[in-house]
Amino acid sequence: MDRKRRSTLGILLRLLVVLAFLGAGAFWVLTIPSVLPASALAQRTPDLVNGVTMFHAGGCASCHATPGQEDKSRLGGGLAIKTQFGTFYAPNISPDPQHGIGAWSEIEFVNAMLRGVGRHGEHLYPSFPYTSYQRMTVNDVRDLFAFIKTLPPESTPSKPHDLPFPFNFRRALGLWKLIYLDGKAFVPDPNRDPQLNRGAYLVEGPGHCAECHSPRDILGGIKPERRFAGGPDPEGNGWVPNITPHEDGLASWSENDIAYLLESGFTPEYDSVGGSMADVVANTSKLNAEDRAAMAAYLKSLPPRPGKRPASQN
Amino acid sequence: MIRFVSVIAAVALGATAVAAYDDVVKARQDAMKAIAGAAKEPGAALKGEAPFDLAKVHQSLAVFQEQGEQLKSMWPDGSDKADTAALPAVWQKKDDFLARFDKMVADAKAAAENIKDEASFKAEWPKVMSNCGGCHKEYRKPR
Repeated sequence: MDRKRRSTLGILLRLLVVLAFLGAGAFWVLTIPSVLPASALAQRTPDLVNGVTMFHAGGCASCHATPGQEDKSRLGGGLAIKTQFGTFYAPNISPDPQHGIGAWSEIEFVNAMLRGVGRHGEHLYPSFPYTSYQRMTVNDVRDLFAFIKTLPPESTPSKPHDLPFPFNFRRALGLWKLIYLDGKAFVPDPNRDPQLNRGAYLVEGPGHCAECHSPRDILGGIKPERRFAGGPDPEGNGWVPNITPHEDGLASWSENDIAYLLESGFTPEYDSVGGSMADVVANTSKLNAEDRAAMAAYLKSLPPRPGKRPASQN
Repeated sequence: MIRFVSVIAAVALGATAVAAYDDVVKARQDAMKAIAGAAKEPGAALKGEAPFDLAKVHQSLAVFQEQGEQLKSMWPDGSDKADTAALPAVWQKKDDFLARFDKMVADAKAAAENIKDEASFKAEWPKVMSNCGGCHKEYRKPR
């Protein structure tokens, strides 16, 4: 009897060990970072003017410019981004070969932007908004890389993120990506006005507007049904407004009003946007007027979604 | 019991303290709104959406100077705890923050001296308005 019980226990234990191995194996397979091969990039001369546009549309300097000084072309990193998951530090993305991305190959940069995968094949944290950048065309990303390479190298070492367990376990981001990253590039709608397609591309791709203007779920993913409807500021500074054409958002704004905000920072009531949106305007003011008008036209074409600032959230 | 009473008293005091700042928060919001209101018509003229009106421009510049001066005394310690869009940086870097009002007032004064026609308005007006975003970027929540 005793012997029988012991052997049942033994079988159970062995089964558990096998299941654990299977589970670990499944986890390993599911979380393998997916990358584009170098062969995906054909020989090409980069368009630096387009690279500048992508740099401003993408808002790279908002997070990566060296804090505490005015020159937005110095990409030494170091800005602290405090979130509910811990503190992220924007890395040095200047062309410094040791501390920046000077030694990166083009395909490594493309994979960071479009797949959220770092130079050593590691998952990058989505505080770097590749969930939006994945919509960009490969050529726009290549032009951006070529432009960044023309900026001054900065010798500030990147600071490691300060994240508690379990968020410091990078490999698990592979599971997060299975839920929130679809890897699909932006596809223009042939039945839509070219201006709307351009606006959709800029807003959804490089502009990554939804990353702040949408509420997030408990795992930090955007709630699709509330996309652009506003939500708590990811850094805890109040409320980010609804930018859909709902009465809680931009219903009363004209396309010109939106384009003018992106140019000057002023709302139709001559309030001036603050905090991180002032940094966004510093970038969008450098785009050409057609691109700002296209972004405005696209925002006005979004489905109106409710989402009001709570009364106590100034 | 003494502890209980003192806790109640502290909570009540705290609540009164926060409520006491409601007036000053409202006062500074009203001052900011007066500035925004004064910016509206010249702003439309700058965009070519309204005719240029020299007298209106000078009225607005007077509002900027007056409200800018008054705003300097509206940031008492503790009012950061009230329902406000002001960031803690206002109180952490108070000297820099208050100096921004001096600069805004000085820029509005200089513009009032220099604006004599539509051409000088188009050159001077944006310099005054650049004070808004510069300060909001550092000192106000992103909205």
